[in-house]
Amino acid sequence: MLTLKNISYEAEDNEILKGVDLEFGDEFTVITGPNGSGKSTLTKIIAGIIKPTEGRILWDGEDITDLSITERAKLGISYAFQQPVQFKGLRVRDLMMLAAGKDAKFNDICDILSEVGLCARDYIDRDLDGSLSGGEMKRIEIAMVLARKTRFSIFDEPEAGIDLWSFQNLTYVFEKMRKLINGGILIISHQERILNIADKILYLKDGETVCFDKRDKVLPLLLDNSANGPCSILKEKMGE
Amino acid sequence: MILDSIQKNLLHEVAELDALPAGAYNLRSNGKGVARQTTANIDIVPKDDKPGIDIIIKPGTKKESVHIPVIISESGLKDLVYNDFYIGEDSDVTIIAGCGISNCGGGDSVHDGIHTFHVGKNAKIRYVEKHYGEGEGRGKRLMNPTTIIYLEEGSYMKMETTQIAGIDDTLRETKAEIAADAYLEIKEKILTTGNQQARSNFVTNLNGDGCSCNIVNRAVAKENSYQFFDSTMNGNADCSGHSECDSIIMDHAKVAASPNLTATCEDASLIHEAAIGKIAGEQLIKLMTLGLTEEEAEEQVIAGFLR
Repeated sequence: MLTLKNISYEAEDNEILKGVDLEFGDEFTVITGPNGSGKSTLTKIIAGIIKPTEGRILWDGEDITDLSITERAKLGISYAFQQPVQFKGLRVRDLMMLAAGKDAKFNDICDILSEVGLCARDYIDRDLDGSLSGGEMKRIEIAMVLARKTRFSIFDEPEAGIDLWSFQNLTYVFEKMRKLINGGILIISHQERILNIADKILYLKDGETVCFDKRDKVLPLLLDNSANGPCSILKEKMGE
Repeated sequence: MILDSIQKNLLHEVAELDALPAGAYNLRSNGKGVARQTTANIDIVPKDDKPGIDIIIKPGTKKESVHIPVIISESGLKDLVYNDFYIGEDSDVTIIAGCGISNCGGGDSVHDGIHTFHVGKNAKIRYVEKHYGEGEGRGKRLMNPTTIIYLEEGSYMKMETTQIAGIDDTLRETKAEIAADAYLEIKEKILTTGNQQARSNFVTNLNGDGCSCNIVNRAVAKENSYQFFDSTMNGNADCSGHSECDSIIMDHAKVAASPNLTATCEDASLIHEAAIGKIAGEQLIKLMTLGLTEEEAEEQVIAGFLR
């Protein structure tokens, strides 16, 4: 579905991504790796938020490198931000309706909000501003992507900022999503629980692919590597 | 009374009325009162000495409304009107004003409305005012509303004013005298485009112990337009006052905010917040990831901001 060919990105003389070649299909892929490895940059390049310095992006074989964020969103790429954006005067209802599309029914939106542990009755008319907690904003951010039901959904560290809501619920949401939609899911995460439900794991370091394979092959390698030192950051983030 | 389609549209824009409303009303069209209805509790009396009306609401009047829309469809008309509101003690009413100008001709059309509110003890009033202009003519559409508010002890007034489109130049003057335990809330929303200019001056005097006010101005200035917000708040008693002006600036517009707080009492607590800035890029990006174009995203952000 999505092919990245020789993607490089340079900012202020720093090489963030160094000629990455990747192919994503209908799997559930988790991207992991130390801070500064280029994970967020890579996903933002896929969504069109950042333009790569070099390389091409193909969607079903068609070159989409020069398409805007909007055009890619319409093709079927969704993006949940690590830091949800606040709006003055726009309510949960407004953005959920935009995400779900014109034909969406109000009940569908309520169902999706309950999927992420929010009671629609309490939240639908709340403003998406500082009056919501970081965790609430984050769940709404995830709900917006669920509402879009697109072929390719990206989540940048969905677990970050979700304090009291158990990760079990979060993994449940993603597992359910995998069953419901016939598409690809790409999640940046450091959480072992999320790595454990991945089909494939992409391990990035210093802007390069260290390994990208089925979970069973990558996970032991990651844990093993971290024991030897080079991946201590990952080890720490995985809560060991 | 027969209204033509332009007048009907203006009435819809400023008062959301497609027919004459229930309750008391006074409709002014092209400088003349054309329809009026009073109720047992609300009287509307034309002034003898100058253009305008007195709206007299009996003490204890509850859950009633008064509509006083003004529409101008004659090019070059200069309309000046004085409306005085006497809100009886312990009443609870809604007043819906508004002015629509359609100017397709070459002359400037002007409406200057001077509204004075005498809000009696413990009375509660919601005042909604909407200004709207349309027409492709060279003539300007000008509005200069003045609102003078006297809040007696324990009274409450919530004023919502909106000027979203089509008024070329406006000078808004709002003055309030607030007695003990009274509360004033004002929410003003202004959007200017093209070469439009809007200036809004507030003077609020918090005179009695326990009184408070909250003045909120939300402004969007597009293209080459200019907006000026001037708020003077005087805390003369054990009171609390809050005012804020929050503006989105776009294109080549100019926005100025000049807050002024003066306390003459040790127990006065006054706060002003002012912010001017463009639409945050991340807001547009978020909406674009939901499939909106950049223009649609801007419209959404502005619509929310001016809600």
